[in-house]
Amino acid sequence: MITFMNNSDSEEEPCNERTSLMSAESPPVPSYQDGLQASEAGEAQAHRKRRTGSSRSPNNTADGDMSDLGVPVRESALENEEEEVTLKYGAKHVIMLFVPVTLCMIVVVATIKSVRFYTEKNGQLIYTPFSEDTPSVGQRLLNSVLNTIIMISVIVVMTVFLVLLYKYRCYKFIHGWLILSSLMLLFLFTYIYLGEVLKTYNVAMDYPTLFLVIWNFGAVGMICIHWKGPLQLQQAYLIMISALMALVFIKYLPEWSAWVILGAISIYDLMAVLCPKGPLRMLVETAQERNEPIFPALIYSSAMIWTVGMAKPDTAAGGPSHQTWDAAEEGRENHSSPSHADSGMLETRSPVPTRPITSFEEEERGVKLGLGDFIFYSVLVGKAAATASGDWNTTLACFVAILIGLCLTLLLLAVFKKALPALPISITFGLVFYFSTDNLVRPFMDTLAFHQLYI
Amino acid sequence: MGAAVFFGCAGIAFGPALALFLLTVAAEPLRVIVLVAGAFFWLVSLLLASLIWFVSVHLSDREDAKLQYSLLIFGAAVSVLLQEAFRKADEGLATISEDGRSPISLRQMAYVSGLSFGIISGVFSVINILADSIGPGIVGIHGDSPYYFITSAFLTMALVLLHTFWGVIFFDACERRRYWCLGLVVASHLLTSGLTFLNPWYEASLVPIFILTLLTGLWAFLTAGGSFRNVLKCLSCKGGAGREGRATEGVTAATRGLFR
Repeated sequence: MITFMNNSDSEEEPCNERTSLMSAESPPVPSYQDGLQASEAGEAQAHRKRRTGSSRSPNNTADGDMSDLGVPVRESALENEEEEVTLKYGAKHVIMLFVPVTLCMIVVVATIKSVRFYTEKNGQLIYTPFSEDTPSVGQRLLNSVLNTIIMISVIVVMTVFLVLLYKYRCYKFIHGWLILSSLMLLFLFTYIYLGEVLKTYNVAMDYPTLFLVIWNFGAVGMICIHWKGPLQLQQAYLIMISALMALVFIKYLPEWSAWVILGAISIYDLMAVLCPKGPLRMLVETAQERNEPIFPALIYSSAMIWTVGMAKPDTAAGGPSHQTWDAAEEGRENHSSPSHADSGMLETRSPVPTRPITSFEEEERGVKLGLGDFIFYSVLVGKAAATASGDWNTTLACFVAILIGLCLTLLLLAVFKKALPALPISITFGLVFYFSTDNLVRPFMDTLAFHQLYI
Repeated sequence: MGAAVFFGCAGIAFGPALALFLLTVAAEPLRVIVLVAGAFFWLVSLLLASLIWFVSVHLSDREDAKLQYSLLIFGAAVSVLLQEAFRKADEGLATISEDGRSPISLRQMAYVSGLSFGIISGVFSVINILADSIGPGIVGIHGDSPYYFITSAFLTMALVLLHTFWGVIFFDACERRRYWCLGLVVASHLLTSGLTFLNPWYEASLVPIFILTLLTGLWAFLTAGGSFRNVLKCLSCKGGAGREGRATEGVTAATRGLFR
């Protein structure tokens, strides 16, 4: 297992630029000296290529030699370079998540603003049975809180069920579940979405063409997500699936319930990922114990490990869909539980240790974000776009708030180096900005615009 | 008319901003993060200003139009002051995080921060107007100016550029502790905002604002280390032997001041 150890050496000694966003699964850093020596080259991949394949002792002797030279000056110069590389690397990871989150939100907002269907009220999911069409404010609030309680309990139950399945290694069941749900998302929801878009723009499409389009879209999606495919196509499909799911939530969750659910789910996320007995934390720990990637099915990964000498790229990096479990309900009612299972999961990719990684590996370590996070971010921004009285300022304010929350969460990830919930900070900022922009900023800006005043 | 006005005004308002963003900020992740952080700071300042305005409006007599107008002026002034205060906070954050070891210099952060304030301020001012310009309607049917859209677009463009320049000047002034520069930046922001109060009288508002933009741009250029010689060097790379070498040299010299 020398390659594995070397691998851990190589992945640890550029630790300052690489593991700053790594999860704690990686073994502890062997020595700081390695890091110094590595960053001296200034090029991450260059030294990775140098390091892999070499065992530990030459490094140490080399370090010994190094330490005799003008160490203080060199150390500070090396430190500077390390810092710089760390900062740049960290920033790159942040942008690797900004882009898909932004794309998902753009898709959702564009659809909400153009396709009427997703803002029309056509019933509710059975998970939110209480109606909000009540005469008094108190009753409405009560109904929305009750809806939230029901929704969150369903999510908790599903998550616990999923964790139990995972714990007792019922992989076939889980895979079947995920395949079924991604089938539904990729075919049924896409069909409905396409139908509504065509209706909005009054474009006629005959059934054979429709069948061809949907079939190709869905089949390629299933392959990309559950098997192998180009990384960017996988990412595109994951973004589209998240957007579709978010649109369903925006359509079927009543107004106040949606906001209360968003708040409640970020609290749940916080607890599920950070509490010692939280289901998501147990999921992460179980996966770490078994050295398996955590549910590639429900996670958006920004990068893949490619290895030369291996037949295929590491497909564990790809991730499909988002879970919908539609046992006995009608067609449109869906529930996304394992997506919520992973909604908290903001984690970084660790290499799959069972694969031997040769000296020409091009490890592009990425960051992973659960699809549930995409969905709830998009729900927040989409709801802001749908209900903020035609105002674009609110949508933009929520968008900036969510991005800043994501940035802060990634900063915390760099500090704590373990799986963190991605929802709380972003959703909190998003909610604060939504309500304050809608109620305070909007009248101010409208009045200013009326007089054509600029501030 | 709708789509043409929409695209035209959007291009006028955000053309420079988009170009600056694509050419200087989009390629570097760190700068994008600074951009988003700057936008966040501006939003918080706007939030506080709106809160103050909202409270003052609710505590006052709604029917009195003159009072409401003066409250609006007061709200705008408070907003300007808060924006500058948050620019200072942004500068504080930038100074703390820039400890000589980061890949982004304080000058670059000044520029990106100014650009971020400009973009978000421009977007918040004009996006609803742009959205309305698509739909059916007649501009100024109640006797207001029919040039509303295009003047709004030009004002937004000026504002975006002004914020960028103010950012550069502000950070430099804070670094060199030239408080009169700071005061001048705040005063010119107040002046710009005040000039927009003259608004249907566009000769009195647009022209001075553009003159102010040019002057501030020149000041920012000089602050960032640019000079007439740099410009000449950059322009002299057009034509003559060894063009490519000189081109890079000229461009490097001219932009060195800003992107050191």
